[in-house]
Amino acid sequence: MKISNRLTTRLTIAAACGALALTSMMGGSTTFAAPAAVKAEPVSPGGPAMVRRLTPSQYQQIISDVFGPDIKLGGRFEPDVRKDGLLAVGTSGISVSISGLAQYDTMARTIASQVVDEQHRAALIPCKPANTRQPDEACARQFLEKAGRMLYRRPLTQQELQLRVAAAGEAATTLKNFYSGLSLSLAGMLSSSQFLFRHEMSEADPENPGMRRLDSYSKAQRLSFFLWNTAPDSALLAAAESGEIQTKKGLEKQVTRMLASPRLEDGVRAFFTDMLEFDRFANFAKDPQIYPKFTGAAADDAQEQTLRTIVDQVLTQNGDYRDLFTTRKTFLTPLLGSLYSVPVAKVTANGAPDQWTPYEYPEGDPRGVGILTQASFVALHSHPGRSSPTVRGKAVREVLLCQRVPDPPGNVAFNVVQDTADPVYKTARARLKAHATEAMCTGCHKITDPIGLAMENFDSAAGFRTRENGETIDTTGDLNGKKYNDAIGLGQAIHDDPATASCLVNKLFAYASGRTATRAEREWMAFMVKGFADGGYRIPSLMRQISTSDAFYRVKDQAEETKAADASAAEKK
Amino acid sequence: MSATSRLASRRRVLKGMLGGSAVTLGLPFLDGFLNENGTALAASGQALPACFGTWFQGLGLNPGYWEPKKVGADYEVTHQLKPLAKFRDKINVYSGMRVFLDGHAPKVHATGAIAVMGGGIPEEPNAFPSVDSLVADHIGTRTRFRSLEVSCSGSRESYSRRSRSAINPTEPDPVAMYTRIFGPDFQDPNAAEFTPDPAIMARKSVLSAFKEERQGLLKELGSSDKARIDEYFTALRELEGKLELELQKPAPMAACTKAEGIDTIPRGLVVDDCVKNAKLFSKLVAHALACGQSRVVNMVFCGAGGDIRRAASPVTFHIHTHEEPVDPAVGYQPNVDWFMETCLTSLAGYLGDLAAIKEGDKTLLDRIVIMFGTDTGFAKFHSLENIPMFTFGGSSIIKTGLHVPCNGDTTSRVGLTVQQALGVPTSNWGTESNRTAKTITEVMI
Repeated sequence: MKISNRLTTRLTIAAACGALALTSMMGGSTTFAAPAAVKAEPVSPGGPAMVRRLTPSQYQQIISDVFGPDIKLGGRFEPDVRKDGLLAVGTSGISVSISGLAQYDTMARTIASQVVDEQHRAALIPCKPANTRQPDEACARQFLEKAGRMLYRRPLTQQELQLRVAAAGEAATTLKNFYSGLSLSLAGMLSSSQFLFRHEMSEADPENPGMRRLDSYSKAQRLSFFLWNTAPDSALLAAAESGEIQTKKGLEKQVTRMLASPRLEDGVRAFFTDMLEFDRFANFAKDPQIYPKFTGAAADDAQEQTLRTIVDQVLTQNGDYRDLFTTRKTFLTPLLGSLYSVPVAKVTANGAPDQWTPYEYPEGDPRGVGILTQASFVALHSHPGRSSPTVRGKAVREVLLCQRVPDPPGNVAFNVVQDTADPVYKTARARLKAHATEAMCTGCHKITDPIGLAMENFDSAAGFRTRENGETIDTTGDLNGKKYNDAIGLGQAIHDDPATASCLVNKLFAYASGRTATRAEREWMAFMVKGFADGGYRIPSLMRQISTSDAFYRVKDQAEETKAADASAAEKK
Repeated sequence: MSATSRLASRRRVLKGMLGGSAVTLGLPFLDGFLNENGTALAASGQALPACFGTWFQGLGLNPGYWEPKKVGADYEVTHQLKPLAKFRDKINVYSGMRVFLDGHAPKVHATGAIAVMGGGIPEEPNAFPSVDSLVADHIGTRTRFRSLEVSCSGSRESYSRRSRSAINPTEPDPVAMYTRIFGPDFQDPNAAEFTPDPAIMARKSVLSAFKEERQGLLKELGSSDKARIDEYFTALRELEGKLELELQKPAPMAACTKAEGIDTIPRGLVVDDCVKNAKLFSKLVAHALACGQSRVVNMVFCGAGGDIRRAASPVTFHIHTHEEPVDPAVGYQPNVDWFMETCLTSLAGYLGDLAAIKEGDKTLLDRIVIMFGTDTGFAKFHSLENIPMFTFGGSSIIKTGLHVPCNGDTTSRVGLTVQQALGVPTSNWGTESNRTAKTITEVMI
């Protein structure tokens, strides 16, 4: 099957299954609808057209989409950089190092050689060369044009295509093999800046004279990576090609289609994987001698548990985002069951083996506080061998509420807080209380510790406990004035805190656009936050709101800005 | 399956380098390539190339226990320098140096590390190129790898930056590093025959075609994005240059032997694993340098904030520095001291591997100068004063075996000194109060 057909077919089937699944899961309701009454949104100045490096998961997904999931990458990615709480924002500030490009080059050649090998060529290359030992310009052109459109997220220009075809021909002559030449040209494309970076281009906005907007391919690209965490599919590229995506109706049609696709789950997973900092699990381990149950497999399951809980709550149930901090429903594997001391059956009711079992904690069980007391949160935000109320409190503030906690000052004595064998201060609360009496520490600990102490029933590996060193753990505290007795109360306080929803909106916008909102966009952001609340705090509805907004695609004219800055500098001189 | 067992069960790629077998280090070099002094390539008359390295270990050293009292040569081996005693004459100690904050809010551990390696405190993290990048731009352009970065503690933490947008990530896996250096693309510089590989010719030709896209891409970009895309094209030119080198017969390197024989071993923050990985990397790096594959190597034993720990212990090196009381009997924190000693013992092993490669009457250690990097002068309080600074080796490049007090001076002086000693055309280095034009003249040849 040809690439475009293969991809289109795969997506069509997938979309059909997804639509059915979503409909049934939501009790026959239609897929994620826009809020009923929408006031005119405030005008936003927009931001720059962005240049963002593909994330490893995007790279992987694109290769899988275009060439099939059995293609192996065979290499290692350059690490991403987290900025303003998100790797997605970091992608707008990073380039490719020399050793990083060497790695991309290795991966590109590994992928390209599989695409042209005897196992795959019949399915992926739409033609056969007249002679396999010689160049075949027509066949190379046919393949590179189709592959290039998907990889570059736009059609190749004639000049680009000619260059790729010529490169394939030259290499085929040198190596006396058509497929080797084609493979090298494809590898070059996979190592090129046009593939590795998402280059956005702008154009004058005819509907808003004096303003600029993303051009249609850049718009399709931003939309697709936002909702699906991958490159646009054929249908979206076609909408870009025809200009349909630049019309309100055309955009809404695409957004509706994409929100109904099961690929939305990939997008939601990618966003929360980033927001909840799961990348840190890559260099994360608990000491097996202290926490024998917290193995690498348990860490993998912990992330999956949280993502399943999220997908179930915000997509399957189309529920309130804030309920993620109160829900008693989750999914467990036997491994996680052992970690949390919850019995989990190894097979489902009908006898089929299933690692994942839906589970609902009984009411009042402090282990059932949504994603907050899951291992992916309490274990990740701990020291390797001990819990840390401060680290956990800081994580709640920064990750979930978007509130920055300052770094500790220099010259701090930590003796008391970290000595778990202290005969006087037996619990973390007692140790922190003693430590926080130091004036320079009090301010910050007041905003972190009452949150983290409510999670002290969970040790560093998420195991449940009620005592520490023989002393009963006191889990009372308060969040911004709202008092609680335990993690359940903390979860409710986070659920009710206005910062929880506004943080999500801000992070989702930053994730989608590759930058944090500016001061000039505050009014528009406030409108989005209100829309989120009015829509019942439903994430798909928020995604629709953002992705159908003009402001999301509006571009500031950087050339004009540069000129203005230059003029201002000249004036100062 | 645990992370450890997953790693251990990976395909066995190499064998035998651990356990002291070191089968390749003792192979004879070819005297015929050296001049009478054993320091130059006989064929070309050129000196063996100077190399640069950094060794980073987080959390500094115990103040008062690493600085010698005696100034100049023949300084006494202090308590903390004991693991390095046999290399004393190859080590310069620079005491009393500090990082100036200039009103910047300190980010514990990160600020010191960036300032030591990058010469200042940037407004945004990683905004400056690090000293090794500046040196590599000068001496590393004609080798297969402009620089090599390795991490002994399993992470990809790196202090090597070309700019804010291009961090040179470390390689935590010795087997992957081996494959990168001595895998199929390695060409033995001492091989009698050389045939250019047509596949490399074809690859180079394809990559060259992509360079032409640069101008078109830069048109609509703001200045910071332009810089990032330019970084990409710099990397592309490097890659092309690397292929070009692979098409030429490499210059003979008398002491070059291909490393062989290691097993994949567990990686991670348990200190025993770090030590084992450091041993593998040390030998690998020594071979890579001896074979002229690179001239700049950055090795991270443990990162700033050092989260390494003993097996089965919940207390990391970092936590020990803050919580462990000073033992009045000895005057320092014993557990902290143990971690520091362990790091320095691994460093001594690295120096030993470099010194084991004989090049005439000198060794590889004589033509590489290694700068010590850390993040604090006293980890207990995150102090940025009296930060331990050293250079190791490089007796063909600088004077060695000296203790130079630099009381109150910025740590950038060491970075500036090594740059100038290696021929980087710069008269000063650093930013704000960490900027300096004062070379450490005592060690300059």
